[in-house]
Amino acid sequence: MRRFVLAAMLMVLSAPAIAVDPSEMLPDPKQEERAQDLGKGLRCMVCQSESIEDSNADLAKDLRIIVRERIAKGETDDQVRKFVVDRYGDYVLLKPPFKASTLILWVGPFVLLLAGIVAVFGFYRRRGTAAPAQPAPLTPEEKRRLDALLKDGQ
Amino acid sequence: MRRLLFLLPLVGFLALAAMFKWGLGHDPRTLPSMLIDRPVPEMALAALPGRPADSGLNTAHLKGRVSLVNIFGSWCIACVQEHPYLMQIKKSGIVPIYGIDWRDDPVEGARWLAKNGDPYDRVGIDPAPGRTAIDFGVTGAPESFIVDKDGVIRYKHIGPITPDNWQSTLLPIIRELSK
Amino acid sequence: MIAEIGHFALILALAVALLQATLPLIGAQRGDPVWMGLSGPTSVAQMVLVTVSFAALTHAYVTSDFSVLNVAQNSHTDKPMLYKVAGVWGNHEGSLLLWITILAVFGCAVTAFGRNLPPGLKARALAVQAIITVGFLLFILFTSNPFERLDPAPMNGNGLNPLLQDPGLAFHPPMLYLGYVGFSMAFSFAIAALIEGRVDAAWARWVRPWTLAAWVFLTGGIVLGSWWAYYELGWGGWWYWDPVENASFMPWLAGTALLHSAVVVEKRDALKAWTIFLAITAFGLSLLGTFLVRSGVITSVHAFASDPTRGVFILALLVVAIGGSFTLFAFRAPNLKTGGLFSPVSREGALLLNNVLMATGAGTVLLGTLYPLFADALDLGKVSVGPPFFNSVFVPLMVPMVLAMAVGPLMSWKRGDLAGVLGRLKIAIGLSLVITAATWFLQGGSAGPWWAAGGMGLAAWLLLGTLVDLAERVRLFKAPLSDSLARAGRLPRSYWGMMLAHGGLALFIAGATASSAWKVEAVQSQKIGEAITVSGYTFTLKEVKDVPGANYLATEGIFEVTKDGKFFAEMRPAKRVYRQPPRPTTEAAIEGTFLGDVYAVIGDKDVVSGGYVTRLYFNPLVPWMWVGTLFMVLGGLTSLTDRRHRIGAPTRARAVAQAAKA
Repeated sequence: MRRFVLAAMLMVLSAPAIAVDPSEMLPDPKQEERAQDLGKGLRCMVCQSESIEDSNADLAKDLRIIVRERIAKGETDDQVRKFVVDRYGDYVLLKPPFKASTLILWVGPFVLLLAGIVAVFGFYRRRGTAAPAQPAPLTPEEKRRLDALLKDGQ
Repeated sequence: MRRLLFLLPLVGFLALAAMFKWGLGHDPRTLPSMLIDRPVPEMALAALPGRPADSGLNTAHLKGRVSLVNIFGSWCIACVQEHPYLMQIKKSGIVPIYGIDWRDDPVEGARWLAKNGDPYDRVGIDPAPGRTAIDFGVTGAPESFIVDKDGVIRYKHIGPITPDNWQSTLLPIIRELSK
Repeated sequence: MIAEIGHFALILALAVALLQATLPLIGAQRGDPVWMGLSGPTSVAQMVLVTVSFAALTHAYVTSDFSVLNVAQNSHTDKPMLYKVAGVWGNHEGSLLLWITILAVFGCAVTAFGRNLPPGLKARALAVQAIITVGFLLFILFTSNPFERLDPAPMNGNGLNPLLQDPGLAFHPPMLYLGYVGFSMAFSFAIAALIEGRVDAAWARWVRPWTLAAWVFLTGGIVLGSWWAYYELGWGGWWYWDPVENASFMPWLAGTALLHSAVVVEKRDALKAWTIFLAITAFGLSLLGTFLVRSGVITSVHAFASDPTRGVFILALLVVAIGGSFTLFAFRAPNLKTGGLFSPVSREGALLLNNVLMATGAGTVLLGTLYPLFADALDLGKVSVGPPFFNSVFVPLMVPMVLAMAVGPLMSWKRGDLAGVLGRLKIAIGLSLVITAATWFLQGGSAGPWWAAGGMGLAAWLLLGTLVDLAERVRLFKAPLSDSLARAGRLPRSYWGMMLAHGGLALFIAGATASSAWKVEAVQSQKIGEAITVSGYTFTLKEVKDVPGANYLATEGIFEVTKDGKFFAEMRPAKRVYRQPPRPTTEAAIEGTFLGDVYAVIGDKDVVSGGYVTRLYFNPLVPWMWVGTLFMVLGGLTSLTDRRHRIGAPTRARAVAQAAKA
């Protein structure tokens, strides 16, 4: 119970409001844009479901500043990401990396789609054999009536 | 055979339900630390104002004997709850406690320690943006790390230290590492 | 005293629900009309009792009776009346009571409108409905009593989270619940049909209007929430793929699939087991959403204060309701007789394709939402699944669906002619390609995101395909205009409903694509008198002043906005700080234009420069999203007024047919 109280306290402290402060922003708009794109993929660790760019929490602000410092220093996106992951784990990435532990996540939707397609094929095949796709050939009686009709038309 | 297909929803649902049952007993917010079994991050933290300049904290201080690194701040509500117990640990002399005054006004931090007592052998300040705390992978205060003789982080504790978790978890680890 | 009446009414409601859950079921099994008939009066009594209880809690909120714990925790005397009332469902206990109230109202509606239902089906469906009610009443009475007293009563209450003190969010939960609980009707009818072992066209006709009504509410509820996020959270986002948002989106996807598969049951007497499965799943996902929001197994920004004991209770409820249904499904569904045939290339075939893609979409959202829990349970480590995952997996899955959506309605039933349909869509194909190319050109090629042109082309394709179908049906330009108009008037309402919904989705896609691709943003510290230009709009900060509100203090920024040197609008974004609880909210100022929203937010004073932090945006085509979703809701409503969907129509039609025969 206590840890829920603690968590609730943390939630209260991180009231959602405006995130990025102009004073944090990089002077170079290209770099700032990179920082924002990068930040949108990094999870704010205390608010749980927001990115650091969207969060008003102090820790998110600190990370925004550090991400920007590293970009300004000339690090690549991957280097910055590695810096954060080394400290906070894969959990910090809002887009989980493709690896053994996330295989089901990334492949699952396509397996589902494939299963759906196979099921639909099975459905049509089963029903296809249950009834002919072409209309049944005319019985002699029908044929006689058709001939009669055609003759009438002439 | 086709009948088995109709069992799939039930099987899938029961698997989900089992997972939820497990999930109810676990707090999704507890995170394992990335720093376990890694050396403590490089740091050289300044001392609190009004204290000797060499009373700060740096990496070298954490080598030679098992220690407890505690992240705190005068703004931190849960730290007040843990503080008296840290004072007791200090009195017992089992392990030196090193404090990192995180994201704090250092003057406030010093005042807070003067008021509540100072359980720390050394205190370093880590003002915003809290680089050292981020190097430690800290998500909030209080958090505590058990560091072994070689300066390697061996355990991370999130939230206040209480007599309960001290006796059941932290103390046994410290004893084991001190051998 | 009134709170005790509310509590007592709930206990009585439980007793009545127990009767309703058992006696009609036994009656239907024995063919006893008296016992079956009990479902009617019990459902009415149920509704009355639960409404009394709801009214009692509302009374406690309206009169600020802080001796009731729930009111003390969630209300405050200073709150405007609207939010005192909305506060009733702004917390776990009250929202649960609202859920039960809606459940009872739906049950009562079956009694009121279902006079022509086969008595067995009606008795069983109402009994199933009552079983769900029993579960929820036990839940509220044992773990979440909203009428608990507090002694001594505090002088004032804790207040409601200011973020929730907003007209959009006041009506968001009731709409959502009407949707969630509405799916319980399809669920109850599905279970009743499984017990009877019979699913036929009449059954599908019965289920469709309820599902459609639920779908309309759920769509409206989700959009209200999204709209609220857009203007209240202050950075112009409208969907975050948060677990709780996903919890409402999954039943929506399943419900949309159900609406379409029920058409095939009605027309062709096929896809019965699948439709039953969807009916169970749509409601199952609604229950799952409730579980996720209230149990704390998943972290989310929106979750209610979580409590594991409540989680255990809802999980038990889930296992009984959904586990039980799927067990019944496993035994009974294989025996459902398969009906009419259709070719893969036909309207039915297109609807089936829609179902496969919708179901895959729902499965993907489910997988992404629960994967963190799954990975944790299997010790695969902690992972986060956020917006980038859903955008890169869910969105591409929906592309083939939208492509097929324009083609499907032009196909004939049973056996279609794909080449012929594509031939009829020549103009639409050509124009969508032109729009794709034009978009690419206008955004400066690779200067904009690569998918933007595709998204706009897709939206154009869906809109044009839908319009081509309409034009053909009314023989536009092929017959005299008056003839076309007459034909349009004769088209069934359900057809107009589909047109509006599909066309609305096209507008939504255009808006969603444009706002994600070409949003223009400027964040800065702006001094009084300073002008900032965003996307051709010049924002001059004229003045910042404090404006007191009912229970907050607002800091309002006044912008004069000009475009091309001419006055465009005066915009007044504000930042509010509420008194109780003391929390800030942002109130964006938004001026909509045909091409997009001009959006302004004011933040704190910047101590260094003396200016104010302002965030100015141009959000392209965002109004198209809201108009598009409004069309979808209107489409659902239009379809509901169709004669064939009118509740009770199938049996009446049968009676007329019989009379004609005689």
